Amino acid sequence: MSGEPLWAIFVNASLINNFVLAYFLGLCPFLGVSGKLATASRMGGAVTFVMLVSSVCAFGIQRALVAIDAPYLRLISFIAVIASTVQLVEMFVKKVSPELFRQLGIFLPLITTNCAILGLALFQTNKGYDFVECLVYALGAGAGFTLALVLMAGLREKLELASLPDVVRGAALSLVLAGILSITFMGFAGLGS
Amino acid sequence: MSDESVPTPGTDEFVKGLWRENPVFVQVLGMCPALAVSNTARNALAMGLATLFVLVGSNLVVSSLRHFVPRQVRIATYILVIATFVTVVDYAIQAISLDLHKALGAFISLIVVNCLILGRAEAFASRNHVGTALLDALGMGTGFVLALLSLGAVREILGSGSLFGVPLFHEGFQGWVVMILPAGGFFTLAGWLLLFNWLRERRATRLAALEPVGATGGGR
Repeated sequence: MSGEPLWAIFVNASLINNFVLAYFLGLCPFLGVSGKLATASRMGGAVTFVMLVSSVCAFGIQRALVAIDAPYLRLISFIAVIASTVQLVEMFVKKVSPELFRQLGIFLPLITTNCAILGLALFQTNKGYDFVECLVYALGAGAGFTLALVLMAGLREKLELASLPDVVRGAALSLVLAGILSITFMGFAGLGS
Repeated sequence: MSDESVPTPGTDEFVKGLWRENPVFVQVLGMCPALAVSNTARNALAMGLATLFVLVGSNLVVSSLRHFVPRQVRIATYILVIATFVTVVDYAIQAISLDLHKALGAFISLIVVNCLILGRAEAFASRNHVGTALLDALGMGTGFVLALLSLGAVREILGSGSLFGVPLFHEGFQGWVVMILPAGGFFTLAGWLLLFNWLRERRATRLAALEPVGATGGGR
């Protein structure tokens, strides 16, 4: 138990300490998949889903590791379990809902190496959240990731039409945009306290 | 093994990571740690060295195991190897300097998911001799350290007016707070990328101008 109210955990994870814009987690998909609005929102949904699943797993592993007194195995078991869970989820979704599977497409396997997922597992352990708080934290982090991704995609779709010198095209432009978004999100500081 | 490349002169394997294929500035890989902990030069250097160590260790192990690991489970194996080295680094830093460990926080553990390391393991170490893999890791790692250091130095000089904690300006200097904040990381990296883009473009234009008429392949 950390004593924080649940809504504060949610607001904290999604807005104030946004995973992408404040912690720089999950930048690869953030810059890679934010070209189109439709893909961005789907990717956000997939990440949120995986976050929820892996948050539950990480909670269980942490309990088990504390029980056998082996904290040095934490990182290895987190990454192994998260990677295999994503694989499992992928197979499950493919079987149960081929429609959803087609929509998520290549994103599901890519999420395994997304630092936001492992980061979430590590942060929730460091903060000592209980089960419900972990779920809310994962939901908030996923919502924040989706929000950042969708905002970015919207901006980039508009910029497609602008005339720009060749030098700024590509990663540099996306980074400047991300910086401006990051400043914007700083306005939320102090909201949850 | 047919995928065994001929051992090339080692210098190229080393040098390419420094500039031509610099992991951060050219390949734009491994940005999460590059931006997150580069608010001071000291943190950036520590993070760079930690990554260098993990990269060298995992490249060595992956390269020596390349004949024994079945293809289907190779990625999982690489991740476990990398995670082992990261755990070593995590505990080593905790033992050397607790302050540093606090400043870097969870980002040491997050070296595991640095795409740079997995990328080198998959694209290079799993196909090459141990020696070549070692040189590649050293080059890429040094390139990463340099990139992190140039980000960290700019952010620290502009943000707090010091370098490695040593004040550079007189007392009246007001730091640009934004450079220390997350947004500064994005802006600094964007600035460096713009600079390199511009240099590359200028060089290309000059080369094109130097070439004899008729030899250029259209385009401009």
